[in-house]
Amino acid sequence: MITTHPHPSEKIHHQVDRNRLLEEFRRLLPPASILTEAEALRPYECDGLSMYRCLPWVVLLPENVEQIQRIMKICSRHGVPVVARGGGTGLAGSALPLENGVLLVLSKLNRILELDPANRLARVQPGVRNIVVSEAARPYGLFYAPDPSSQIACTLGGNIAENAGGVHCLKYGLTTHNVLEVRIVTMDGELVTLGSGGLDGPGLDLLALMVGSEGLLGIAVEIAVKLLPLPEDTQVVMAAFDEVEKAGRAVSEIIAGGLLPAGLEMMDHAIIRAAEDFVGAGYPAEAEAILIVEFDGMREQVEEDLARALGLLDACGAYRLDVAATPADRQKLWAGRKSAFPAAGRISPDYYCMDGTIPRRFLAETLKKIADLSRQYGLAVANVFHAGDGNLHPLILYDAAKSGELARAEQLGGAILEHCIAVGGTITGEHGVGIEKINQMCLQFQANELQQFQAVKRAFDVEGLLNPGKAVPSLHRCAEWGAMHVHQGRLRFSDIERF
Amino acid sequence: MSVSANDQTLKLQQAVAQALAHNTPLNIRGGGSKAFYGRAASGEPLCLREHCGIVNYHPSELVVTARTGTLLTELERILAEESQMLAFEPPHFGETATLGGTIACGFSGPRRPFAGSARDSVLGCRIINGKAEVLSFGGEVIKNVAGFDVSRLMAGAMGTLGVLLEVSLKVLPQPEAERTCRFELPVFGALDRMARLASEPLPVSGLSYDGCALHVRLSGAEKAVRVAAARIGGDQTEDDGGYWRALNEQRLDFFRAETNVWRLSLPPASQPLALSGDWFYDWAGGLRWLKTDEPAEAVFTAAERARGHAVLFKGRNRGADVFQPLTGKLKELNRNIKQAFDPGGLFNPQRMYRDW
Ligand SMILES: Cc1cc2nc3c(=O)[nH]c(=O)nc-3n(C[C@H](O)[C@H](O)[C@H](O)COP(=O)(O)OP(=O)(O)OC[C@H]3O[C@@H](n4cnc5c(N)ncnc54)[C@H](O)[C@@H]3O)c2cc1C
Repeated sequence: MITTHPHPSEKIHHQVDRNRLLEEFRRLLPPASILTEAEALRPYECDGLSMYRCLPWVVLLPENVEQIQRIMKICSRHGVPVVARGGGTGLAGSALPLENGVLLVLSKLNRILELDPANRLARVQPGVRNIVVSEAARPYGLFYAPDPSSQIACTLGGNIAENAGGVHCLKYGLTTHNVLEVRIVTMDGELVTLGSGGLDGPGLDLLALMVGSEGLLGIAVEIAVKLLPLPEDTQVVMAAFDEVEKAGRAVSEIIAGGLLPAGLEMMDHAIIRAAEDFVGAGYPAEAEAILIVEFDGMREQVEEDLARALGLLDACGAYRLDVAATPADRQKLWAGRKSAFPAAGRISPDYYCMDGTIPRRFLAETLKKIADLSRQYGLAVANVFHAGDGNLHPLILYDAAKSGELARAEQLGGAILEHCIAVGGTITGEHGVGIEKINQMCLQFQANELQQFQAVKRAFDVEGLLNPGKAVPSLHRCAEWGAMHVHQGRLRFSDIERF
Repeated sequence: MSVSANDQTLKLQQAVAQALAHNTPLNIRGGGSKAFYGRAASGEPLCLREHCGIVNYHPSELVVTARTGTLLTELERILAEESQMLAFEPPHFGETATLGGTIACGFSGPRRPFAGSARDSVLGCRIINGKAEVLSFGGEVIKNVAGFDVSRLMAGAMGTLGVLLEVSLKVLPQPEAERTCRFELPVFGALDRMARLASEPLPVSGLSYDGCALHVRLSGAEKAVRVAAARIGGDQTEDDGGYWRALNEQRLDFFRAETNVWRLSLPPASQPLALSGDWFYDWAGGLRWLKTDEPAEAVFTAAERARGHAVLFKGRNRGADVFQPLTGKLKELNRNIKQAFDPGGLFNPQRMYRDW
């Protein structure tokens, strides 16, 4: 566990007296909406990346938009930083609280405001959990496409902030492709509507900036998402391979062949075994890699796609092809994939989930590289991928109780991310940068690109009070980290003063 | 595959640096095919046409990166050789249309509600900002959440935030078969039918209504398209895509107008708005073209009331408001973002809004 303090250059300093501030909040919120005691604050000290913790200064649980506006005005006036929190399932520490800041928890804003089947739209509050939207839409034959594996717990507000994906992104897109309108409260307490009830909005596309902004630009307080018709038919096939390279090639062949699967997932030997022991999904325990390929849509389309996919998988050397015969079989095949994280938790005391993305053609090469790094750092790695879109989730297995293992896990993770950048990919596909990958941002972007991000941040939040120290590093941080971390012989940010 | 061609980055960067030094506003130009769009252009022309060529194209990645002066026809031809396409079906409005102008205008064709918009397809970009810095955002992978999504912000920004140098786009396989069904219906019946068709699991890729006939395009596997067409009925046309191309390029009779032509983006099931003039419905009702002499004020107000927005697409008064006027904090945020990218106000001044 790491108790984190913000980087000195990213810390917001203020001298505000906590009790005086609480008095202002008490005039605004019922007692149950204000948490101040250590034991009440404890559950909020971390998000899904539990290795980083910090006890929040104050936790507020507003019940409506007006309260949020007034809270923001108060914080803005006093120069007190604010961190938003939805379900707290984030895996990058984006919702990590501040020791001198307000944690704004949106869980009480959990109502579906409108379900409009004619316009295929759902209007919800930010604390609504992801799965609830699809459940509410189902009676109308509709669903909300982005389906992160955490969908029973994560919220739409958190999904907006992280631009969450899921196993169906290849065909249906990410959160950004499925959001029509977001009302935000800015740091100065103003309410603004981004996007519209149509398919695009007036002015610059600020909605594009808001989605994936990790709580740095505004608080999402009302969200309108697009709903799609439920597919008529769904088919899933599990393909087993005796070499990882063959599975990697099959992925490329399927895409190059003009097929657009709803899901295309890959699991390696270590995670197949773990998942099989955990849920008994029927995976062949000896396989080096399996692919799970799903097609959905109109029955005749699915039939045709599946037949072509089976041919391609066979040609790429799959030694076993199981097509789920019933919905129950299909659920079972997915159960293994969906339980990959908890399954990893059973074979190792701790695991650390990475989120790099690479161009698909480097899949096999990247797996080899990860295996090398795993040997080099002496820590096992189990791999699950959203293979269709090149998004890797290597799970680094370690034991925090053993001295030095957490630090090694972090270094190994960093090395994997650098490889992702080197082959033209990115350090994060869907989990976000947060506090976890903030140093690697200094590798992925040049100083003037980071400055451009900072300018965007200032356009929404002049004082930098919203979620400081996350997602976008200061150049001082980069200079300091760069001094320790000379990349490919080049010292980056060499012109920035170090301290 | 990597076709090398003219990379004018340095030259363009120098031109922007010069403009910055001399405080000379620039009018960024691709092929000039969309010069009619937006508020009237002003400034020294900065021509991007020679900055062209495909930078990277691996069909199995479903991603293409090209310089922005690349002709749209050229890009589409290269994709078609691999049986792929731009999912957002951009209109050209002339043979000289370039990739840069297409993204800067953010236009998307009839396939948009079913396959995503220009903005949705953008994965990454290289730009020159108003400080004459060459910057890269996003990349060539489909999922990428490192940093703010500046690339998608560029779509539809009319070049007001920077000079687009390169754009990476997600592409899609071409459908194996397409077919169009036609129904003659009154307007309420058509709106209702469009809403129902868009809510069913059918391989629909176009839903438009011209005031008389509803056109439904189906795309996908041969058999699926055939079965879907039989299921929905209507007159099966022998259309090979000509109708949809004519609609997208505004070559249908409807668009031969002496009046203003407005583009309204609305919730698709919105009731017909109480504005006089002739209407054409695309995007299952979500995109509405209006030929009218109603004052701009009336159109903007009606669009906003319907939770949408309006643009004077082709109009006589390009000195007035062309894009939906912004108010309050939204107006302030738009201006702040312009400032953040182009503090000196170099790029396409007042092409979008009068005050920047
Ligand atoms: C087991 C497991 C599986 C996962 N699988 C996936 C997956 O498949 N795909 C995927 O993309 N992610 C996945 N995640 C990560 C996580 O669930 C997502 O990032 C999710 O979007 C976070 O939502 P949340 O409500 O928990 O947000 P939180 O963790 O509470 O917050 C995340 C960020 O959002 C900000 N935020 C929250 N609410 C708001 C708001 N209303 N306005 C502004 N900012 C706000 C916070 O400040 C923070 O920066 C997984 C996590 C776990 C634990």
